[in-house]
Amino acid sequence: MLRLCLSALLSHWRRHPLQGISILTGLWLATALWTGVQALNDQARADYARANALLAGAAQTQLVARQGERFAQSAYVQLRRAGWPVSPVLEGRLRFAGREPVSVRLLGIEPLSLPADSSVAGQSTQGFDLLHFLTPPGQAWVAPDTLQRLGLKPGDQPTSADGQRLPPLAVQAQLAPGVMIVDIGQAQRLLQAPEQLSRLLLPNDFARTLPALPDNLRTQLQLQPAADNDDLQHLTESFHLNLSALGLLAFLVGLFIVHAAIGLALEQRRGLLRTLRACGVSLRALIGALALELGLFALIAGLAGVLSGYLLASLLLGDVAASLRGLYGAQVAGHLSLSPQWWLAGLGISLLGAALAGLNSLLRSAQLPLLALAQAQAWRQAQALWLRRQSALAIVLLLIAAACWRWGDSLPSAFALLASLLPAAALVLPALLDAALALLSRLCSTPLSQWFIADSRQQLPALALALMALLLALAASVGVGSMTEGFRQTFLGWLDQRLSAELYITPRDTRQGLAMRRWLDEQPGVEAVLPQWRLELRLQGLPVQLQGMLDHDSYRQHWPLLEQQPDAWASLASGKGLMLSEQLARRLKLHLGERLALPTTPPSPALPVVALYADYGNPRGQLLLNDELLRRLWPGATLSSLNVRLPAEHVPALKAQLQSRYRLDSTRLVDQGTLKRWSVEVFERTFAATAALNSLTLSVAGVALFISLLTLGQSRLGQLAPLWALGVTRRQLAWLSLGQTLMLAGLTVLLAMPLGILLAWCLVAVVNVQAFGWRLPLHVFPMQLAHLALLGLFTSLLAAAWPLWQLARRQPADLLRQFADER
Amino acid sequence: MLTIQNLYKSFPTAQGPLPVLRGVDLQLPPATSLALMGESGSGKSTLLHLIAGLEQPDQGSILIDGQPLHSRSETERARWRRENIGLVFQQYNLISSLDTASNLSFQARLANRHDRTWSTYLAERLCLAPLLQRFPEQLSGGQQQRLAIGRALAARPALVLADEPTGSLDETSSEIVLELFLQLVHEAGSSLLMVTHSTHLATRLNRRLQLHLGRLLPGDA
Repeated sequence: MLRLCLSALLSHWRRHPLQGISILTGLWLATALWTGVQALNDQARADYARANALLAGAAQTQLVARQGERFAQSAYVQLRRAGWPVSPVLEGRLRFAGREPVSVRLLGIEPLSLPADSSVAGQSTQGFDLLHFLTPPGQAWVAPDTLQRLGLKPGDQPTSADGQRLPPLAVQAQLAPGVMIVDIGQAQRLLQAPEQLSRLLLPNDFARTLPALPDNLRTQLQLQPAADNDDLQHLTESFHLNLSALGLLAFLVGLFIVHAAIGLALEQRRGLLRTLRACGVSLRALIGALALELGLFALIAGLAGVLSGYLLASLLLGDVAASLRGLYGAQVAGHLSLSPQWWLAGLGISLLGAALAGLNSLLRSAQLPLLALAQAQAWRQAQALWLRRQSALAIVLLLIAAACWRWGDSLPSAFALLASLLPAAALVLPALLDAALALLSRLCSTPLSQWFIADSRQQLPALALALMALLLALAASVGVGSMTEGFRQTFLGWLDQRLSAELYITPRDTRQGLAMRRWLDEQPGVEAVLPQWRLELRLQGLPVQLQGMLDHDSYRQHWPLLEQQPDAWASLASGKGLMLSEQLARRLKLHLGERLALPTTPPSPALPVVALYADYGNPRGQLLLNDELLRRLWPGATLSSLNVRLPAEHVPALKAQLQSRYRLDSTRLVDQGTLKRWSVEVFERTFAATAALNSLTLSVAGVALFISLLTLGQSRLGQLAPLWALGVTRRQLAWLSLGQTLMLAGLTVLLAMPLGILLAWCLVAVVNVQAFGWRLPLHVFPMQLAHLALLGLFTSLLAAAWPLWQLARRQPADLLRQFADER
Repeated sequence: MLTIQNLYKSFPTAQGPLPVLRGVDLQLPPATSLALMGESGSGKSTLLHLIAGLEQPDQGSILIDGQPLHSRSETERARWRRENIGLVFQQYNLISSLDTASNLSFQARLANRHDRTWSTYLAERLCLAPLLQRFPEQLSGGQQQRLAIGRALAARPALVLADEPTGSLDETSSEIVLELFLQLVHEAGSSLLMVTHSTHLATRLNRRLQLHLGRLLPGDA
């Protein structure tokens, strides 16, 4: 029975192939966009996990320097002699010059002392090829992706930007991208950090006994539990959440197509369903056959969607990897390697999408009196009920959104706000359009204009889902566009102010930095040398950069402050106050004037927060202190950079002198223009993937509208034929239909504009604050709005073009068929 | 005066052209009525469609007051149709998005010939006055057919073309509706060309013609 029933149901698609294509297209697009985004996220997360698991196993707990980033190797020797099973690690960045300078994270290990059950780069220490790794010339392990990025091949011995020759490169497939592992002796040579270590690994079982450090080491080292180690995962979470949100939006927009097509198919097949029931097919068998049919669609579209999602992710991965590198310093492979689970999840999401989109129709098939005659109006009446239910649901969602805005204080609550607001707006759209049309109908006096509005209202239920999709896609474009453009303007203005020095130098170490500073002070033309002392530590469990600032007019003039107390700069200079980046202040929940105790040994008095400043693009919190105070409290702070003020015409000569005197490559010696260009490039690439996903979502909405109009076109002849018979020409009918589409799309576009601005406000004032810690001013760009409004109308025009062209070319016989007796 | 001369029409099929009308000649003076009868497929509806300018003939001509109809452009034919023709179909073909009042006056207003008094009179005569705010699907079959008749007559067209106007109604309702229809056509001063299968109904009209295999049989049917 099921087979017969299914074959009868499937015969519908032979007569209405367009509806079948609509369902397949909707599911295909929804699956492709969702799985594509998930592929990007999965790849990035897998790479973070690989980066975190570089030294995995029992040795997760570690000893790190209390002050500064490194400590003396003698501490390691002392602890080993005292019976501590510690293993040393030295970490740093190794730069390679070239047309596009590349830097890798260099990790020096001592494999002999690693705990027996630990693994390095996914390989158990038991299986190490120690002979080649330890004996000269040694080995440098890299991932295939890193090797490709460096443009090298296994066995090559490249030279770093500092002129240090590396041991032969060997590929380790399990290694995270952007990482290189060498023996610790090699690392100390390559990083020019002789007798220096970054951390000491401890087996967890040993760490659990909480042994006391020798007295002389207590001021130098501190125990850091393993859980504190996944900063990258935390920092990038908001980025991936953003991508997921866009993917989900596109997925929903795709499902709108499926829902509309399945709903129409149900209406058209009501007669068939009635006949099947009359012939003795049970309701259970009928629903089973309908579900099976839907599953078949989901499988076909799911396979195509997963393949397309893979292709889409491959196309976007370059931009996403560049964004993650630029924003967070996170290394993500340039190619996809996805697990079988991802492929299965893709098919699963297609089945879930089909179930979500078709559930309503299946329920209606089970509940509606199938023996009632199918009438266009019956559907409208059912839709009127749905309109009321949708409006009620929209109100509930709006209340949830308001609650999230009022009481929410986290990233999930910020996204819950968006996840409630957007569907609420979409659900309330048909009711708003209906009300607007009702209002317009009062202004109409001619018969055609009355018909124009009345018929538009009649079309509304069939087009509502496509218009909702258009509303969401356009609002997302407006919202994300306004946010991006506002961010661009704010960021560029901030960059112009902040990058006031003409030359930025990154010395290899503090000693070289101090030598450079002395030399630069003696150079003619140099107006000021501003050293940047830096220290990384944890405040309330958060990674924080401490920066020591020299008291100089340049900062007072060019360092933009968001909020400040009177004489903020004077307080900073005298060591009586500190300044916080906006994101750090939010994370620590500190306001202007409140005090912050710094983790010094011995404890020092808490300092008041005298100013808050913007620090866009920095995922870590930053804290400014007077440089002398910083060095007094943390003598291990490093001189991370020197900012040089001098007349622009002196820059090339000084640059050349610095290059020859200190052998500085282009990554360590950057002029203002180049630095700005790099920053802007990072900014642009950061939003490239977002912009691409936005455009795709708008295209999907266009497809939804196109399919709805095309499907509707088939059933609208019955409405248009009487008008033709009454003396309205086919061309007039086509123009009127175009006008109706454009009017509905235009009203939707009009509603999408304020929704988009509201979305932009949510992004800059709620989501960004929770995700990144900074709040941007809301900018509205009228030209951008006009551009997007025209784009929305153009998309609608494109979607309407083919169905209208078909209508205009309709043979009179098609219209006459509407008057035939046999209907 | 409607004059049809040597009218031919065929439709393309997979097996080649299918002739439907094979040389039809007909005259219908003003303010007269004519019943067109014939078996299914004899070409009755096609002839009606050709007279309404909804289709183009293969050969022959249709003259309206001596002017050829089909040499006009589609726009001109549409204009002629809305100003001079009232169409009544068996399936009513009402505009479902407009209420009864708007449907009733639609064509008249389209042709700028809306006469409020005449429309009100039609609504009353057709028993539609209490139903003016209702939508077509809220009316019974008989009410919908009366509305279709009202719409066709609201502009006082020169010629009313009716294709089985009571085909969907039972015999009693058919009688009542036809009686009313003929009275109103007469009051409007229109000519009527009505396609019907019913010999009984056809006898109520001035003339009757039989269409057989695309040709009019000689003499009154």
